[in-house]
Formats: sequence, structure tokens, C-alpha cells
Amino acid sequence: MNLGNGKGSTSSSPLKTGDAVSDQFPAGLRVLVVDDDPTCLMILERMLRACLYEVTKCKRAEVALSLLRENKNGFDIVLSDVHMPDMDGFKLLEHIGLEMDLPVIMMSADDGKSVVMKGVTHGACDYLIKPVRIEALKNIWQHVIRKRKNGLKDVEQSGSVEEGDRLLKGCDDGDYSSSVNENKTSKKRRDEEEEGDERDDSSTLKKPRVVWSVELHQQFMAAVNQLGIDKAVPKKILELMNVPGLTRENVASHLQKYRLYLRRLSGVSQQQGNLNNSFISSQDATFGATSITGIDLQTLSVAGQLPAQSLAKLQAAGLGRTTAKAGVSMPLSDQQNLFSFENPRLRFAERSLHHLSNSKPINLLHGIPTNMEPKQLINLHQSTQTLGNLNMRVNAPAAQNNPLLMQMAQSQPRAQMRSENADSHVTRFPSSLVQPIVPNDISNGVLGNGITGTSNITTAYNTVSQNSSLLSFPMNQTNEMSVSSFPRRSTPSLTSIPTKGMFHEEGTSDIKGPGGFVPSYDMFNELHHQKSHDWDLTNTGITYDSSQHANPLQGNIDVSPSVLVHQGFPSMQQSVRTRDTTSIGKAMFSTGEGIQGNLQNVGQHLNNPVDNSVRVKAERFPDPSSQINNLFSDQYGHEDLVTAFLKQQEGVGPSDNELDFDGYSLDNIPV
Amino acid sequence: MDRNQSRRQVAAMKQSLFDQGLLDEQFIQLEELQDDANPNFVEEIVTLHYRDSSRLITSIEQALKERNPLDFNKLDTLMHQFKGSSSSIGAKKVKAECNLFREYCRAGSAEGCMRSFQQLKREYAALRKKLEAYFQLARQAGPQETACRSK
Repeated sequence: MNLGNGKGSTSSSPLKTGDAVSDQFPAGLRVLVVDDDPTCLMILERMLRACLYEVTKCKRAEVALSLLRENKNGFDIVLSDVHMPDMDGFKLLEHIGLEMDLPVIMMSADDGKSVVMKGVTHGACDYLIKPVRIEALKNIWQHVIRKRKNGLKDVEQSGSVEEGDRLLKGCDDGDYSSSVNENKTSKKRRDEEEEGDERDDSSTLKKPRVVWSVELHQQFMAAVNQLGIDKAVPKKILELMNVPGLTRENVASHLQKYRLYLRRLSGVSQQQGNLNNSFISSQDATFGATSITGIDLQTLSVAGQLPAQSLAKLQAAGLGRTTAKAGVSMPLSDQQNLFSFENPRLRFAERSLHHLSNSKPINLLHGIPTNMEPKQLINLHQSTQTLGNLNMRVNAPAAQNNPLLMQMAQSQPRAQMRSENADSHVTRFPSSLVQPIVPNDISNGVLGNGITGTSNITTAYNTVSQNSSLLSFPMNQTNEMSVSSFPRRSTPSLTSIPTKGMFHEEGTSDIKGPGGFVPSYDMFNELHHQKSHDWDLTNTGITYDSSQHANPLQGNIDVSPSVLVHQGFPSMQQSVRTRDTTSIGKAMFSTGEGIQGNLQNVGQHLNNPVDNSVRVKAERFPDPSSQINNLFSDQYGHEDLVTAFLKQQEGVGPSDNELDFDGYSLDNIPV
Repeated sequence: MDRNQSRRQVAAMKQSLFDQGLLDEQFIQLEELQDDANPNFVEEIVTLHYRDSSRLITSIEQALKERNPLDFNKLDTLMHQFKGSSSSIGAKKVKAECNLFREYCRAGSAEGCMRSFQQLKREYAALRKKLEAYFQLARQAGPQETACRSK
């Protein structure tokens, strides 16, 4: 492959994600390399530069994650060492896969079969043995293309197909394609992974992708639940789903992702178990720890903003790790269902997560099957740490459980909504927890689904989890919280919710119209401001019009703001109780875009424990039954949301959910 | 000429390092990364490596002192890091000693670990000295084409 010429020349035009492949591709490929060994790091950087890539190096995984979160589309591929002191390379790999869905290549001096296998199972695109030779690096661009191509496959929207085509076209030069074919790595990969996915592909690169929309995912979930997770085989699932045009392979790969997700959840749920318990209100905290991401979803959903569909979409997205351009366009009315937790569809796992009335935490959106065990949901709440793990786990336990979810989620499938039961869970969230609510990525995802254009739902979820900080936000690193970017302004609904998980309900309380929404973010933003997160809801095109405030966050804002926060769902939902979720959902989604950014911001913000604010809000949370009426107004700092929720969980919240966020003025939402 | 002579000396020295099995292919890879824009790349890398790895050596020594009992897992982890770093500069013999040490760790042989570590330190020091001499000579010989293999 002809990478270009002399050494020492820097890369030229960067390859923008999603854009047409630049003519100079692969030159300009934006690589993030993570390695704790300075010698290796320097060598790799030099080698990558020699390949004409744009290199960013990082010594620590946490830093890398925050870099990725802050700049979602800033990188094309990640190279990471396996053994690192602050975070296991595989864990980083998972986070990235969930949140950003970027190709990740693992490296290690260890060439043992089990380690390499671990790389494969965790989803690494490739595994290089150290010392890495430059020849091996010259071909890494193929993973970028491959991923894009496959990603497009799942997207219904034509846009992605075009995008993929463009990308592919760019690579159609003889050099590239032939070298891709000949490259033994690629061949190996192909044998290992691609077969399944690409078998259906015709020789042309253009293949209509299946977008795992929220609805589709719901259908998938329904089928899986019906069959029983153990017996769910692609063929049967396909039959049950009865979706024209869907192939067995599509289902198979989606199922695989789902299974991985479940596995991860169960791993986390064990730890999280405690967390969830507290959150799960009356019902069983069955849903395990909703990974933090879940919380986000839930919060989002609780916020009622996120239409069920979006949530599903988010989930689907999360599940599929697809950059679903899923604009979750679920009709708002449906959305309501989704989040209303009664919605069986949302159940990822047999549990009927969503019962808005029940207190089952809803794992909306985690992107990964929302089979979040209640435990997980709980976990979410409980520990911020879990957030990290959970990322995807967001089990949106029945809304009921999650006060946040339920209420809020009414319409919003918060990604991973925390399974918090609306009533009490909210309170559970430790302030820190609240934060993560919206994993940066998730927000995108979650919101994205519903929101125009933002489809990074999958990522949304991740962010939450990733951040571990979500809950605890202490975001040590940089905005771990996806929340950071919650756009506050623009979308009232979103903003408030995201990060803080508490979506403030607009109706009752202060939700001040859309603009005002940003409350949560504001808080966070102000608090954190970590990097200018543009994502702020303020604009991202999210149409959260404040008018929507109706965030249906059903009364129970119990859903800890954190949940809401995730996605930046506009906290508008405050008095959402019965608000039309649709509107909120819409808002939520629209903000989704913003949220993505915001989520990050929010995340960040969340980090800043705004203890007081959160707590204050917590009081407001209506009792579980009520649904998240209160949208957590923007004023909720993420922390506030969390605490607010937590408090609520404990039944502190007044039924009137008026979230009275003191001091948080919507106006503060830093945009 | 003096210059040519110096260069020949440098080349000869390098060759001997290879012949003695002290350096391997990776070193050549590094040299190939050296160019006008990065004229002292190899030396920089090697310097960085020695600075960083001495820290690891100390940690391993420390761990070996806490003898009862030896924490083989920790030792293995530390050695893994050390090995990664050493192999990245092409330190062949040192790398081989690292592998041996890890074998002893896995076998749970404290004695083997101690012995192997002593040997490793010797190799490590010896290579370091030789490389320092090499780079010094190379600098004196002035900028020269580094190992240029046709790519």
C-alpha cells in the first residue's frame, strides 16, 4: 500500500469521520495511541507519524477516554496497550466500543493465546505483538474502513449508506483494496469476524444496512424474551420478529452484541448489586445495577422526554454499537409507552423493566440489551463505579422502579435508565452517581435516537459507564461525564435531565421552558466547565422547545436526575407527570444531539458534585408513585439530581415534585 | 578520511553489537525512523528507555527483597513491563533474560528469580555502556546516513 512518501512529512487532510474519504487517505488518519511505557509510546508515535497519520499520544487510559469523550469525532482509531496501571486495556477497549464505537487495536509484548483471545472477545479490531513494527501500522486504516462499512450496515438511514459508500469509494483505489485483501491481518480478521457480517454482503461494498432502531430492537427484545435468552437463536428470533428484509445474519450479530452486553452487565451487576437495591423502589431491584449508563437512559426516559422509541433506539443502538443514526423517531406517543415502563418492549431482559408504575428500573437505552438486571440498575445507582461498568447496562428497569426512569422516562428511554425506581431510587444516587447519568456518549445515543441526527446512542451509553465517574463523578479526568455536554439551553428538557439524571420537570417546577432547561447543565457547566462542551444542549439542534416542557417525566422524578442527566434529557420534565412525553421526548432527543455534547459536559458537570443543589432537588422529587413530575430543572447540578433522586428514593421527595432547584437558573446554562 | 574512518568505526561497532546478539531487528527499525527531521531519534529513544527502565529495575529489586514469600505475580508484572520496554529498543539478550526470569516466576522459584535477575542486570548494564559508547562515536562521526535499508 502506498502510504506516501517520505518520512517526516506530516499528514495532510484528516479523514473526517463520516465524511468522504479524503484523497490522501490513509494519510491523515487520526490515531490515538495509549501506552503507559514512555519508550514504546514515543516509538509508536514516531512510527505512526511516519505513516502520515495524525497522532495523539496518551499515557493513561483515563486521559484517553476523556479525550475521546470530549471530542467524539476527533479520532478514527485507537491503539492501546493491554497492561496499563490505571486501567486494564480491555476495559478501555470496552468503553470505547460502547461509547464511541471506534476501532481499537490492542498491543502487548504478551503473545499468549489467551490474551490474544481476550482481545478478540472484547472486540478489538486487531492485536499487535510488541515490539510493533511499522509495517503493521501501515495497514491499520483498514480497520477504520471496515468498521464504517459494517456500521453502515445497521443503519436504516440512507445517509449512512451513502456515507459508507463514499468511504468505500474512497478506498476503491486499486492500491487500497488490493492491499486490504492481501493483508494478512485483514484476512485473518476477516476470517474471524467478518465472515458472519459480510457473508451477506455482495461483492459490492454497498449493502443496505439494517439499522437497529428502537422499534426494531424492541421487537428483538420481545422475541428474545419470548424465547428465553437461552433458547433465543437467530433463526427463531427472526421468525418471531417477522420483519421483512431482516436477515438471520443481522439478527445473529445483534444477538451477539446483546449477549456480550448482558455478560458485561452481569459482571457488573454483581458488584453493583448494592447500588441497585437502594434504588429499586418498591419493587425488586431486579434490575441489577443499571449501569450508569442505564441510569442515563432511565433518567432520560424518566424525564419522559425520551420517547420510548428513542429509548429503544438508544438501546438498540447501544446494543448494536452502531452509530445508529437512529434518529429515534418513534412517534411520541409510542415513546410514552416505552418509557412508561410498563412498556414491555423496553424490557430487555425478561423483566418488565419498564413499568412506569412499577418500580422497575428501566434500562432504556443502554444500547446494549437492556436486560439490565435489576441489580444492575441498582448498581447504577449505587455506585458510580458501576457506572463505568454499566455503561451499557442501563437496564431500564421498569420505570416504576426508577423514579427517574419512570417518570422521566416516560417518554424517554433513558439510556440505561437507571432502574431506579422513580420513587426512591432517585435518592439513591449518590450525588456522584447522578452525574453520570448521561454518559456522554449515551446521551448521544439516547438522545440521538430521538433526536435528530444524533445517533450515537451507543456511545451515549458508554459514556456513562465509562465514567465511572458518573456516579461518583469525581470525574477525575476530565469530564467523564458525558453529561458535560448537555445542552442546556436549547432543550429544556434535555438539559436538565442529562447528567443530573434528574430531569427537572418543567411543568411543575421550575422548568423553565426549554431554554431554561439547561439547568442541570448549567450547574454542571458552571461547575465544570471542563472543556467547552459545545454540546450543550443549547443548541444542538435539539428541539427541545421549552414548550415541550411537558416532559412527561411523569411525576416521579424520582428518577434521579442523574438518570435524566444522562442524556441530557431536558430536565424539562419536571412536572412531567403526564406530560406528553412526546414533547419531551422530542425535546430530549433533539437535544440528543446536543446532549451528546452535553452529556459530556454534563458528565463533567456531574463531576462536580453539586451537592447542595442536588440535594435540594431531591426533596422535590415526588414520591415514586408520582412520576417524575419534576423535571429536574436545570438547576440541578448533576449532583443535585443524584442526590435528589436518591432522596426521593428514600421517599423524601414530596409528591409534588416540584423541583426547586435553588439557585440554578436556567440561564446559567453555559452553552 | 577521518570522517569516513569514524563512520566505519561506528558501523563496525554497531555490527558487533548485532553479532554478539545484543541487538536485534528492532534496533534497525528504530534507525529507519531516523531522518533529517528526527536526526537523533534512536539515541533519544535509548536514553528515554534507560531512564524509565532504571525505575523498573529498582522496583524489581525492591520486590525481590521482600522475600517472605516472594510475590511472584508482582514480579512477573514488573518484568513484563520491563521486557516490553527492552524489546522496543531491540535489546535482545536483555529480553531473553526477562523471559527466563518470568519462567522462574511462573515456576515459583525464588532462587531462579534471583539468579536470573542478577544476570539480567549484568546484561542490562553491559548493553547500556556499549550503546553509550556507540552513540558517542556516532555523534562524533557527524550526521551520517543511518541504517538505510531499502524499504
